Amino acid sequence: MNEITPAAFLALLHRVAERTDAAEHRLGELDRATGDGDHGFTMAGGWKAAVAAMDALPEDSGFQALCNAGAKAFVNSVGGSAGPLYATILMRGGAAVKDFSALDLPAVTAFFDAACQGIQDRGKAAAGDKTMLDAWLPAVAALHEAEGGTLAAGLAAAADGAATGAAATEGMIAKLGRASRLGERSRGHVDPGAESSAVFFRALADGVA
Amino acid sequence: MTKKLMNGADDIIEQMLAGIVAAHPEHVRLLPENGRSIVAVNGPRAGKVGVIVGGGSGHEPAFLGYVGRGLADGAAVGNPFASPGPAPVVEATKAVNGGRGVVYLYGNYAGDCMNFDMAAELCTLDDIETQTVLVTDDVASAPSAEVHLRRGVAGGFFVFKIAGAAADQGRDLAGVVAVARKANAAVRTMGVAIAPCSLPNTLVENFHLGPDEIELGIGIHGEPGVEKGPMRSADAIADRLLDAVLAELDTPPGTRVAVLVNGMGGTPLMELYVVANRVLGRLRERDLQIHRTWVGNYVTAMEMAGCSITVFVLDDELQALLDHPADCVMFRAN
Repeated sequence: MNEITPAAFLALLHRVAERTDAAEHRLGELDRATGDGDHGFTMAGGWKAAVAAMDALPEDSGFQALCNAGAKAFVNSVGGSAGPLYATILMRGGAAVKDFSALDLPAVTAFFDAACQGIQDRGKAAAGDKTMLDAWLPAVAALHEAEGGTLAAGLAAAADGAATGAAATEGMIAKLGRASRLGERSRGHVDPGAESSAVFFRALADGVA
Repeated sequence: MTKKLMNGADDIIEQMLAGIVAAHPEHVRLLPENGRSIVAVNGPRAGKVGVIVGGGSGHEPAFLGYVGRGLADGAAVGNPFASPGPAPVVEATKAVNGGRGVVYLYGNYAGDCMNFDMAAELCTLDDIETQTVLVTDDVASAPSAEVHLRRGVAGGFFVFKIAGAAADQGRDLAGVVAVARKANAAVRTMGVAIAPCSLPNTLVENFHLGPDEIELGIGIHGEPGVEKGPMRSADAIADRLLDAVLAELDTPPGTRVAVLVNGMGGTPLMELYVVANRVLGRLRERDLQIHRTWVGNYVTAMEMAGCSITVFVLDDELQALLDHPADCVMFRAN
């Protein structure tokens, strides 16, 4: 796949929803270690609601219409922390590519630049705070480094970056969210939000490979 | 696996809400615009500042149980232990708006802050002014120098009560916000878990405690506290919690206080009153004036066993607002 049409975009997010659903138990286990254990079914439920809302739109819907419908459904079905963050990702990303009829690698990179800035604006996290951002920042950096290559190579690099970033959260101390009250006790556990982000990027990469 | 009385995790909140409105139609209704917005039948009115509370489910009677005349006008209801999305907050805000602004009161959690802030932004599109007061009473969740990082637990009961009374008495938005902040500054809580809780979706214990182990400083979602330690007597636990609470409150002899000995959901009243007996005895030893005491399940954590101790330091203004009548779906006062 060299570029992503709106229909292909929706198909990719269906893949994200399936992969997240398959990872539900593992994400829940990670969250129980430092939080309240709901991250698995929150993410699975959020993506399920988002793609259902996108499926209900007319077939000729563009990226922004798809993203806004998905954002609204995601946040209102699950709330929590993941809800507003993924709603912001979809809304900011969709706005960044609203005039495109298909996304090549530079457009995908623009989508994720805007989305990643949205995470920072909404969640007020910084690199190293042991949050989803620690998977997103290396994923987006990898997209930029892959500039000039194929879409598949770019998203594969992003998925690798997210996976490496998520793994690195194991050694971090949480600065935000419920786990932040643990201090040293948060070290030694992968952040569940970073791990679900790695699942997200890997699903996209596999979908365009 | 834990056991719960339910027909399936996916519908548990909707079925709870249907049960509440079926049982208490004289107190609350669900909004047709959003099935997660619960509003007082008698309370919201033109010229009154609206009061909205909210948060994840699993803390009942918090938060929706405090909807009613003299307290909250509405509540936004989230999934178990997860903040509601912005839509139920927005619809509840519109429904209770009396033209003088609406105050949002909730515990200081990342998810709640993001969703309520998104709702507040959306409400400005409808020309409704909103203000937020975060509850930050849990002494175990951050050092005293970082009160803004602390989570809100059982002390929300007092903050909601004060703000609701102030709004009911006709104060303006700034006045309600000011006295709610004053109440939050005067209230401190610390809790303990002696057995864990579980979510309906997973039916797995949220954290592990050994047969003789307790978690001091536990949060109301089972977040680990400050210290795991061996089980000990009720008096020893009460002393540990109360000492941490009193260390942060200015309570010279003669200070008036209200006390909440709160059950986490799975602890019998018998045990809570044993704890209350110790707490009240200790407070009297210090020559504090105990204006009012509540003992029971006020802010719970599903079926967690344990309790929290909350002390609320009163002055004339806070005492009068605490004594103001309230008639809510799961709570009455005076």
